[in-house]
Amino acid sequence: MDNESQYSGYSYKSSHSRSSRKHRDRHRSKSRDGSSRGDKSVTIQAPGEPLLDAESTRGDERDDNWGETTTVVTGTSEHSVSNEDLTRASKELEDSSPLECGRFVGPVLSGVLGVFALLTPLAFLLLPQLLWRDALEPCGTPCEGLYVSLAFKMLVLLISSWALFLRPPRATLPRFFVFRCLLMALVFLFVASYWLFYGVRVLEPRERDYRGIVGYAVSLVDALLFIQYLALVLLEVRHLRPAFSLKVVRSTDGASRFYSVGHLSIQRAAVWLLDHYYTDFPVYNPALLNLPKSVLSKKMSGFKVYSLGEENSTNNSTGQSRAMIAAAARRRDNSHNEYYYEEAEMERRVRKRKARLVVAVEEAFTHIKRLQEDEASSPKHPREVMDPREAAQAIFAPMARAMQKYLRTTRQQPYHSMESIITHLQFCITHNMTPKAFLERYLAPGPTVQYQREKASRGRQWTLVSEEPVTSALRQGQVFSLRRLDFSLVVTVTPLPFLTLGEEFIDPKSHRFVMRLQSETSV
Amino acid sequence: MSFIPGHPVTAVVQRIEIHKLRDGDNLILGFSIGGGIDQDPGQNPFSEDKTDKGIYVTRVSKGGPAEVAGLRMGDKIMQVNGWDMTMVTHDQARKKLTKKNEDVVRLLVTRKSLETVVRQSMMQH
Repeated sequence: MDNESQYSGYSYKSSHSRSSRKHRDRHRSKSRDGSSRGDKSVTIQAPGEPLLDAESTRGDERDDNWGETTTVVTGTSEHSVSNEDLTRASKELEDSSPLECGRFVGPVLSGVLGVFALLTPLAFLLLPQLLWRDALEPCGTPCEGLYVSLAFKMLVLLISSWALFLRPPRATLPRFFVFRCLLMALVFLFVASYWLFYGVRVLEPRERDYRGIVGYAVSLVDALLFIQYLALVLLEVRHLRPAFSLKVVRSTDGASRFYSVGHLSIQRAAVWLLDHYYTDFPVYNPALLNLPKSVLSKKMSGFKVYSLGEENSTNNSTGQSRAMIAAAARRRDNSHNEYYYEEAEMERRVRKRKARLVVAVEEAFTHIKRLQEDEASSPKHPREVMDPREAAQAIFAPMARAMQKYLRTTRQQPYHSMESIITHLQFCITHNMTPKAFLERYLAPGPTVQYQREKASRGRQWTLVSEEPVTSALRQGQVFSLRRLDFSLVVTVTPLPFLTLGEEFIDPKSHRFVMRLQSETSV
Repeated sequence: MSFIPGHPVTAVVQRIEIHKLRDGDNLILGFSIGGGIDQDPGQNPFSEDKTDKGIYVTRVSKGGPAEVAGLRMGDKIMQVNGWDMTMVTHDQARKKLTKKNEDVVRLLVTRKSLETVVRQSMMQH
């Protein structure tokens, strides 16, 4: 079944090394089970050999399936830090940033204002009772009606405030949230003016008409209800009807999506977008980006141009680089060929590993079965009973090697540690999942939210880059981007087209048909 | 044999005179027709222009009066005894051909080979 050698004419690796590699791999694999799976470990392969084995292009006796073995980490020596260690360290750094208290200031302020506004009508009612109870005129049935309506309106205010506004904030925006500030200012103004009038007209002259005071409190509650209606419309409803289409493209690998949003400001649209980014986009895998080295190395061996004179170096360099580019373009370029065959080879490798993995997992799953309730007490099953964790560990061993090889081929091994695989296996066993359901997590790169660690309460740091102020509303042709440490999302705004819908009425009786005639008559 | 609406039709035609054969009570001519303005012109295997709704000869029975007179399969009948056959329904065509009081029908038929023969003979001069 050695059909890999058909491509050997196109790659610089000789077919001789491929077959020798396969034999060597079989021997090596047995000694590898005990080594660590998710983490990279660095050991020196053989004394005297340089450690830059994986990157070298000499093919013959070199073992160049560097993605498979545990021995050499991508082009580093044992004293330097590999690229993965760096990204892992930076991720841990940002995860352990201190919990910012700054993001709670806004909600706390608005909460205080809300509570104050809710308690004001009660204060309006209670203060005259407390201060000059004897001088108040008694107030009969109309007052009681007003009491009841006041109570109900306050209940509605309370419940709707709880439902709409008392939610933990999910994002910190770079600038003020304009509508929210507007509404808070409005509430503050209202309540302040009511207190002003109350102080001047009621408290000062010790007003005796209690019914009027109760009516005053009811009018305040009405006004608060209307402000809440305004808040509902501005904050929640206005951006529900879609008006713009946002195109989001990830800058590193080109994953793109289209979303429909309503009228929002740029910062709110960015928050909305990021919510959807975490569940829709496949996770960013930096290891999948590079062209294979065999393709790039051919390109790099171009012309080398040396400038011998120091003066006019700037003029010469542009002229020389242009000459170099023109010469490179004229030369026949076969690197697309290399790329095509590398890709085909890679795909075959992935498919082969995947087939092995699927078979291994299916077989492993046949080793255990769920114990039914009535079998537990019968004495004819002397096997020991295991809980899910032990069962998972028991069947993990036969599939471990196939799983690790597959993850290495698809460059996914930083995302799945052995512990996480066993946990997932335990989860699948508990819920009676088939092997295919267990594998869906590994066969395709999932959305980013699947790979978040549990202590995600620290928050993700994104930077909004925009040419216009971020509180301005979305408009046609705007472009802004959301940047993170190693990639960014570029967003383009286009308005949804205006639709002219016409009408055509079809009478149900108008559906009639005739046969197509082709008769032949003999005369 | 192209047909432009509103313009007179020009074609190279051949006169064919068929003497009907008496078979009991019937007068038979010995061929079958197809086509007509009420029929589907796309199904006509003999026409060059698939929108042509004329009357075509679809079958000629062997040894019958039509074959003897020189009618061939695929001919388009332009006139029958002076009656036009290019814009009639299938039934009207049948009636014009099977009038009981006529023993002889004189047809004007056209076919593609007539045109090529005429053109070749003109080119020789």
